[in-house]
Amino acid sequence: MIGFMEFSSEYLIVFLALLLCSIMAIIRVIRGPTAPDRIVGLDTINTIVIVLMVVFGAAKSEVIYIDVAIVYALLSFISTLFIAKYLEGGDF
Amino acid sequence: MIGEIFDIIIYILLGVGVFFNILAGVGLLRFPDVYTRLHAGTKCTTFGSIFLVGSVILLGLKTWLWNNDVNGSVIAIHSAIALIAILVTNPTGAHAIARAAHRSDVEPVGAVVDDLKNKTVTKSVKKKPAAKKKAVKKKTGAKK
Repeated sequence: MIGFMEFSSEYLIVFLALLLCSIMAIIRVIRGPTAPDRIVGLDTINTIVIVLMVVFGAAKSEVIYIDVAIVYALLSFISTLFIAKYLEGGDF
Repeated sequence: MIGEIFDIIIYILLGVGVFFNILAGVGLLRFPDVYTRLHAGTKCTTFGSIFLVGSVILLGLKTWLWNNDVNGSVIAIHSAIALIAILVTNPTGAHAIARAAHRSDVEPVGAVVDDLKNKTVTKSVKKKPAAKKKAVKKKTGAKK
């Protein structure tokens, strides 16, 4: 609880709203009828987590979270491309 | 005075970004189809993240210029790099997902005509056997 008390309340509202949005994407990942539905949900979760890390680093004024967000963006892009190529079939 | 105006602009940008991100979540739940869900999940998230990261850039510039803190400039520059990474990678990933969904025979709800279907299938099927036949002919010709 001590970690939450350090923020001002505006940033806490932003974090909770982004958490709600990612929960909706997780519901789509669980319920999705086909495989591309699940990939769309995963891509949305990735982007939301990147933005959440950037806002978190600004709220705590720590640069290390923003650096982690940059690396996470590039790695999630590679993983999305790989899964899409795997679904497409054929030769790599 | 100017610092307060900066604070108000930052709060407005945070509100707009959170609004568009929540619209992306609702669209993911409510739309009937892979392609329409792709619209909601990719475009709304990119547009909302522009505003959220833009508010962080403004916050970093404010703490750099008004509070004379060098840490603010580092936050602003690094979050700008993160924004560029999001803007480059997100539409490319969406294009790859849509292409994979079309290639794996997921049809849109209520679609009557699919103009792309015959073109892509015939291209991808015709190319590979033709190349193999040519290679076989060359090999047999060399043997004879």
